[in-house]
Amino acid sequence: MGWAGWTELQRHLWHEEMQRAGVPTPLPFNVSMIGPVLIQFASQEMKERFLPATASLDIWWSQGFSEPDAGSDLAGLRTSAVRDGDDWIVNGQKTWTTLGQYGDWIFTLVRTDPAVKKQAGISMLLIDMTSPGVEVRPIQLIDGGHEVNEVWFTDVRVPGENLVGEVNQGWTMAKFLLGNERVGVAPVAMVKRMLGRAKEVAADQLDDPVVRARVAELENELLALELTTLRVVAHSDGGEPHPASSVLKLRGTELQQAVSELVVDLAGPASLVPPDSESDLPLWARRSAPVYLNYRKASIYGGSNEIQRQIIAGTILGL
Amino acid sequence: MGALGLPFSEEDGGMGAGPVEVGLVAQEVGRVLAPEPYLAAVVLAGGVVASLGTDAQRAEVLGELSSGNLHLALAHAEPGRRWSDTASSVTATLVGDEWRISGVKEPVLHGDAGTLVVTAALPEGGTGAFLVAGESATTTTATAYDGTRVSRVVLDGARGVPLGEAGADATEGIAVALDRARITACHEALGAMEAALAATTGYLRSRKQFGVPLSTFQALTFRAADMYVAVELSTSMVWWATMVAAERDATATREAAARAALQVSRAGRLVGQEAIQLHGGIGMTAEYLVGNLKAHLTALDHLLGDGSHHLRSLAQGVAAYDALDPLA
Ligand SMILES: Cc1cc2nc3c(=O)[nH]c(=O)nc-3n(C[C@H](O)[C@H](O)[C@H](O)COP(=O)(O)OP(=O)(O)OC[C@H]3O[C@@H](n4cnc5c(N)ncnc54)[C@H](O)[C@@H]3O)c2cc1C
Repeated sequence: MGWAGWTELQRHLWHEEMQRAGVPTPLPFNVSMIGPVLIQFASQEMKERFLPATASLDIWWSQGFSEPDAGSDLAGLRTSAVRDGDDWIVNGQKTWTTLGQYGDWIFTLVRTDPAVKKQAGISMLLIDMTSPGVEVRPIQLIDGGHEVNEVWFTDVRVPGENLVGEVNQGWTMAKFLLGNERVGVAPVAMVKRMLGRAKEVAADQLDDPVVRARVAELENELLALELTTLRVVAHSDGGEPHPASSVLKLRGTELQQAVSELVVDLAGPASLVPPDSESDLPLWARRSAPVYLNYRKASIYGGSNEIQRQIIAGTILGL
Repeated sequence: MGALGLPFSEEDGGMGAGPVEVGLVAQEVGRVLAPEPYLAAVVLAGGVVASLGTDAQRAEVLGELSSGNLHLALAHAEPGRRWSDTASSVTATLVGDEWRISGVKEPVLHGDAGTLVVTAALPEGGTGAFLVAGESATTTTATAYDGTRVSRVVLDGARGVPLGEAGADATEGIAVALDRARITACHEALGAMEAALAATTGYLRSRKQFGVPLSTFQALTFRAADMYVAVELSTSMVWWATMVAAERDATATREAAARAALQVSRAGRLVGQEAIQLHGGIGMTAEYLVGNLKAHLTALDHLLGDGSHHLRSLAQGVAAYDALDPLA
């Protein structure tokens, strides 16, 4: 992964620079999600088996947590894994699996003990997506794109050694992973780049006081978020995310959405014309409305913003 | 049902109804997301013909439009320009005794029509409006993100028949039609907002997480309540603007249209965004209603001037009066 031995702050700054440069950042499923979980919880044997391929992207990981009836209430998941000799037999359905159409492997939360309190009966299993019985079905989103999928498991045989950590320890790992996911989804540098680009393409509209005021306000909000991110990252130790990481997810996604909204407004009537049509209008303007609609997802995934507020109220403020 | 002829007078082959009836139809169109070009053909294109055409032109074009025999589209917007009452890069020139129109119009709603109403800059200044046969333009049509059909219309010396007095500046008449269309678009948005609110309250009651319906969480029910507040305030503004359009002059209508459009722009964003958010992932999907309602609200918002656009014009006038009076 190239950052062995880096501090959280160094890693963060490197990530921000990548975003600022518009370089594709490392696949979050590999680097921010399953990678750290394996480092923290997996056996030595499992680490040696999976970490090099995870770092080199020889495995493209997908995240198989959510289910149709288990979204915010993730612990309500029902996909089951039942022992059969050394193996697990998995049945059930995951949904909203981002980029699952490209996935080689999927890390899943499965129910291994239906008899106990729901959080206590969950385990984490790694599943080869080419296994017989795994089926990926596309879901189309409102911008017309295909980035999420349903993943169905029908009597999928998973070797026992693919269990991460101990049986029924899955919820602990899930919470650890989701904390890291939250830090990763406040892409300050990316939003700054979006806003900078908006100023560039709509330069003629900067004469307008309404537009200028809106840009200045967004820039200030972003600065406050950037400084907060640095504070949070600098104080994250031992792989445990700072409790205020929920602020980053909440505000980061709101600002991402606000900037995408500004861009459609700058495009005005040109936003009605689709990106793939023959047109005299600039591509940024024709892409602006689908991008704006697509970013509505940001306040839903990775723990919705209502769930983040609940974490702030409950865990931080003790309410 | 006569819906196509509602706004036009009986002499012109219409039903002689007014903005109120048109608004009711538009609300239903918005509520069910009907893919009909009602706003585009009847209110926008027909509206320009009604406000500018000669008696003979109105009778012929609006009569055919009202009976459903004619597909009419308004080609007004131009690339590189935001919302404006005038045309600039598309020009009209007089060749002999014929008007020739050249330039690109984009986006044109449902531009693949039999007859186009094209606005164009006049040689002596000002903007004229012309009837142009659909086949004399090169039209490419695509489907916008909300399902609306939008076209790029290229005119290369196409023959145009002036609407009304040849060579006269038609900016006023175009502005009147655009203001009425703004109010109609607000009605469409009202229908879409009401549908989004109904879908959301239904979902909050039926979707269970943590073993209970989402409606158990006050954080969510209060947000649905705020959506309702936004819809109610918009309803009042839109109907007020509709009455103004039905009874008052063009200047009063212009201001009322801007006020209603500002309110609806803000409300449409709130209602559309919250409808998706309160649905969670399912709200993002192409096959589910609320995402489509949000997409259409966004398109309506950017069609004839968004909230900031109207705020800008209203802000310019605030020093000139003490307080607003809806009846003044
Ligand atoms: C584009 C996209 C990509 C995704 N990618 C992945 C992925 O790769 N892998 C994966 O596993 N999952 C993924 N998800 C799923 C995502 O994590 C869930 O959508 C999310 O957890 C919300 O669950 P839900 O959609 O079931 O909504 P619900 O949980 O049904 O929530 C509906 C609404 O109610 C609110 N709500 C729920 N409970 C409460 C409460 N107790 N208090 C207050 N408000 C509440 C929510 O915030 C939301 O506004 C993705 C989702 C999207 C939209």
